[in-house]
Amino acid sequence: MTGKRTRLAVGLAAAAVALAACATNAPQDTLDPAGPYAEKIDALFKPVFWVATAVFLLVEGGILYILWRYRHRKGRERIPPQIHGNTRLEIAWTILPAVVLAGVAVPTVATIFDLAAEPPGNALNVTVRGHQWWWEFRYTDPEMQVGDNLPLVTANELVIPADRPVYLTLESAGSEFGNGLGRAVIHSFSPFRLAGKTDVIPGKTNHMTIQADEPGEYPGQCAELCGFSHGFMRFEVDALSPADFDAWVAGQKEEAAAPSGIAGDLIASTCAACHTIRGVSTAASTAPDLTHVASRDCLAGCIFPNTREELAAWLRDPPARKLGSFMPDYNLSEEEIEALVDYLETLE
Amino acid sequence: MASVPVPADTPRGLLRRPRATTGFWSWFTTVDHKKIGLLYGFTAFLFLIVGGAEALLIRLQLARPESTLIDAGTYNELFTMHGLTMVFLVVMPLSAAFFNYLIPLMIGARDVAFPRLNAFSYWAFLAGGLVLYSSWLLGGAPNGGWFGYPPNSTTDLSPGMSFYSLGLAMAGIASTVSAINLAVTIINMRAPGMSLFRMPVFIWMGLVVQFLLAFSLPIITVALFQLLFDRELGTNFFNPAAGGSPLLWQHLFWLFGHPEVYILILPAFGIVSEVLPVFARKPLFGYQFVVFSGIAIGFIGFGVWAHHMYATGLGPVANTAFGLSTIIIAVPTGVKIFNWMGTLYKGDLRFTSAMLFAIGTVTMFVIGGLSGVTHSVVPADYQQTDTYYVVAHFHYVLFGGAIFGLFSGFFYWWPKMFGRLLDERLGKLHFWLMMIGFNLTFGPMHVLGLQGMPRRIPTYPEGYGFDLWNLVSTIGAFTIAASILVFMWNAIGSFRKAKDAPADPWDARTLEWATTSPPPPHNFDEVVTVHSLDELWHRKYAEDESGKVVPVQAGAAPEDQSHVGGHGIHLPGPSYYPLVAALGLPLVGYGVLYGWWLSIVGAVVLLAGLYGWAMEPGAEEA
Amino acid sequence: MAETLRHEASHDTSTGLPNTKLAMWLFLASDCLFFGALIASYVLYRGASLTGPYPNDVFDIPYTSVSSFVLLASSLTMVLALSAFQREDPARGRLWLVTTALLGLTFVGGQAYEFTTFYREGLSLSANLFGSTFFVLTGFHGAHVAIGILMLLSLSAMSFAGKLPGDQSFPVEMVGLYWHFVDIVWIVIFTVVYLIPTPNPT
Repeated sequence: MTGKRTRLAVGLAAAAVALAACATNAPQDTLDPAGPYAEKIDALFKPVFWVATAVFLLVEGGILYILWRYRHRKGRERIPPQIHGNTRLEIAWTILPAVVLAGVAVPTVATIFDLAAEPPGNALNVTVRGHQWWWEFRYTDPEMQVGDNLPLVTANELVIPADRPVYLTLESAGSEFGNGLGRAVIHSFSPFRLAGKTDVIPGKTNHMTIQADEPGEYPGQCAELCGFSHGFMRFEVDALSPADFDAWVAGQKEEAAAPSGIAGDLIASTCAACHTIRGVSTAASTAPDLTHVASRDCLAGCIFPNTREELAAWLRDPPARKLGSFMPDYNLSEEEIEALVDYLETLE
Repeated sequence: MASVPVPADTPRGLLRRPRATTGFWSWFTTVDHKKIGLLYGFTAFLFLIVGGAEALLIRLQLARPESTLIDAGTYNELFTMHGLTMVFLVVMPLSAAFFNYLIPLMIGARDVAFPRLNAFSYWAFLAGGLVLYSSWLLGGAPNGGWFGYPPNSTTDLSPGMSFYSLGLAMAGIASTVSAINLAVTIINMRAPGMSLFRMPVFIWMGLVVQFLLAFSLPIITVALFQLLFDRELGTNFFNPAAGGSPLLWQHLFWLFGHPEVYILILPAFGIVSEVLPVFARKPLFGYQFVVFSGIAIGFIGFGVWAHHMYATGLGPVANTAFGLSTIIIAVPTGVKIFNWMGTLYKGDLRFTSAMLFAIGTVTMFVIGGLSGVTHSVVPADYQQTDTYYVVAHFHYVLFGGAIFGLFSGFFYWWPKMFGRLLDERLGKLHFWLMMIGFNLTFGPMHVLGLQGMPRRIPTYPEGYGFDLWNLVSTIGAFTIAASILVFMWNAIGSFRKAKDAPADPWDARTLEWATTSPPPPHNFDEVVTVHSLDELWHRKYAEDESGKVVPVQAGAAPEDQSHVGGHGIHLPGPSYYPLVAALGLPLVGYGVLYGWWLSIVGAVVLLAGLYGWAMEPGAEEA
Repeated sequence: MAETLRHEASHDTSTGLPNTKLAMWLFLASDCLFFGALIASYVLYRGASLTGPYPNDVFDIPYTSVSSFVLLASSLTMVLALSAFQREDPARGRLWLVTTALLGLTFVGGQAYEFTTFYREGLSLSANLFGSTFFVLTGFHGAHVAIGILMLLSLSAMSFAGKLPGDQSFPVEMVGLYWHFVDIVWIVIFTVVYLIPTPNPT
């Protein structure tokens, strides 16, 4: 009876894992790596997982067998032989797991150093800044800059060329350092299918390398509690073919057209206090850079799709859309919102 | 259980000791380790219900994608308080309950080394828990996670994380003095003939736990003060703008935090090591290996802390060092599983509720231990850490391991403590409901984690593959809740029965079963002289020439009848002062938040309690 | 306490050590980790303050050496106190106990003066990393000394009132262990914080 239950449980567990690996709707699935830095982890995890599964089956199977075989049967009153131990057996079952674990340790250490190695020379350099509660991306390579030592700055979506390593420098931004609106706290940049996560720690600079083998969209999230809207601090890595990436870079380097009318007034009087729109205002950059906001798929920490309706809803009352948002409710009229949305939609 | 008479020349007034050892008010002044154990147990169980309710709210919120049942701010408070409650206010005090009740009984002593200090520990623990929970009413509960990482926890504007520091510091003081008390008791108050290697494994695990507590709690106490001072006094310990490092907190916290998880699991390992032999009718297989592996875990446990920090950028050398130490600690942990299997092998297995829960502990801990091994594969942990995979791991070891073990202890020792047995059919219903519910709740979390669901998020989007398993997990959580209700029904029902459980209902092996159920205040009429491990078993059974086990003839009445019924035994009397002293602590704590004058009042109360304690006379003179 | 001490005199223990002595050693071992974490925090942040005042700006090593010597001397008087009680000369013992307490008070008073001077020179808890780590470390140590002084004076009073049972030297020995521990911790702090130089940032 218990044997059948075991087989059923094991079968279900295996099926679940298999299903999970094949799920089509699992865009952050670490078991489906999409680049070498994630693949190296997967190549290490999968064999260890199977070893663990084998141990699980052996040990739990052994326990279940013992429970069945030596269960008390009515009418057989006995006190079994009082065995105290078996030193040789105990030494053996101490050494055997140690040997198996040593076998696990060797590729583990090798992979630790492999992943920590300097990236190849052709790596694209991007500085990632974690804010409360959105991600900023700064392309610092000379060929990516938009002016004299001015990096190209975007938010929410990290656009990268496919099949090329991207070396990330991770920083935490906040009002303490004058480069953000919120508090500088710990975040964790977690691109799942492209690499393991690395924490973003105020006062410390961390690094990691990611790479997407194929063009595509690879979502990620913040993975370290960072305040109210930690759960709403998402991002997307967009890998483009080399040609598409060059086109994207060229488009991003262009300045924005100047706004007019209501939108122009609002941007000058209010938005520019925090947002940069290159060509219009670069007075402050503690909030997401809006120069090409319409070229992005998502808004506000990548939790809303970038549509007219969502943009308007955001402008109507940001803290209601995202708890703790440092963009206050400016009590904009519907006319003002219309005008702003019209303008922002032109910022491709 | 008569009251102890007080001599005629006892001073009046403040230093007059209370006399009653029975009745409602006696619970506030008791110094009897058994009553203190029951206080810990009952209080911890209440916190279990509260922490469980917090979990159910979390699971309700996560049952559907993009749920707005609970807002993000409240959600942060819920999982923070759930974690704090379960670790500090449930598992630790439940372990303390068993240690307090059983340590003197199992080593053949009449009480712990410092009975009033024992009472103080309980009241200080209660104070810590109440101060922590008072935060809900005083501006907001802690919301920075149970691990409270700064700068988020130092700069958060709600007062919650200050309550966190204060409440945990008080609970820490309680556990530290209790640890010293119990360690001295075990080392110094064993019955004649009970050498260290004739102590039950539960006592050995208890000894290791007390040392782990005594050496890890001071470290987190420092960290908690640093956190509190950063918040309230403007210090810069974790302030990056002043050059401070948030990683200092993480190192100090995990230097405590990792030994803490062994503090949480070793008592359950001790319970399993007592229960399995009794219901297999044969001794623990490999007593020395089990003891030494427990000691090894205690030592190595101080060398693995940064495995909670692999993703923080410590560098490959540090990650390797801690990866290796973590892989190493799997060995002494795993060895125990084989020893327990060896205990069951060729036994005569009876599946009482206590036995079922002990087997549940072992089988569930295997799963948690294996996922722990996958964590020790450092690069794999870069994906697993801060996802639901970790949540799965620690619930398998803490719930599957510690809680199941503690329930095994409840079923096993209930008759000894209360003189009644718990109902076995309800026990089995409880076990299966809990086993199924537990695996439904936490099994799918392995999958969720590997599929990329991070921790501590109040909701998740549709279309990420998280929907089904979250719903299953929520159903599992409510199944667990049902099993707890079954247990409560069982517990309450047991008190309606007559108090007629025998001294040794399970035909057990250790000394606590050699006295009545429940024991008299003085535990044993005669101080036992111990001749071997499993002393009680060897008094009942011997081996004949062919090696077969035969019952021993019931012995003659002991020659020395002088202490029958407790005559002539001096027991420490009840006292007000541990409670008074403990009352000072929350006053000092609230004063930090609301005004230094209150802290001064608290310090005066604490000092008054301590002086009264030192000055009060002994209560009994035969 | 009287009750505990009486019990210990009459009962054998498994190790032969009295319970209170074992407990005191365990407590002191635990307290080592408390000070260890505080000292480690100081050492980790040594030289890391972004603004002043820095240690070289405020420390007066000769002054602190004198007060350290005072504390060291108090350990000597503590030993003399215990010795007197063991020779069953409680009157002399009380004299040395009070002297120890007075020396301890002198130490604490000296620290209070030192800290107010530092504060006037701009070093506060919140000024920089040095202020935070220094004051919290020495503050907790000072609190330990203060508690020790309270215990010393209480012991003297209880001995004077005849409230210490039988062998009065036992509680004195216990307080002595604590007092020596607090002194040893100061020696470590004095060496690590004051004597080992912290270069000013360039």
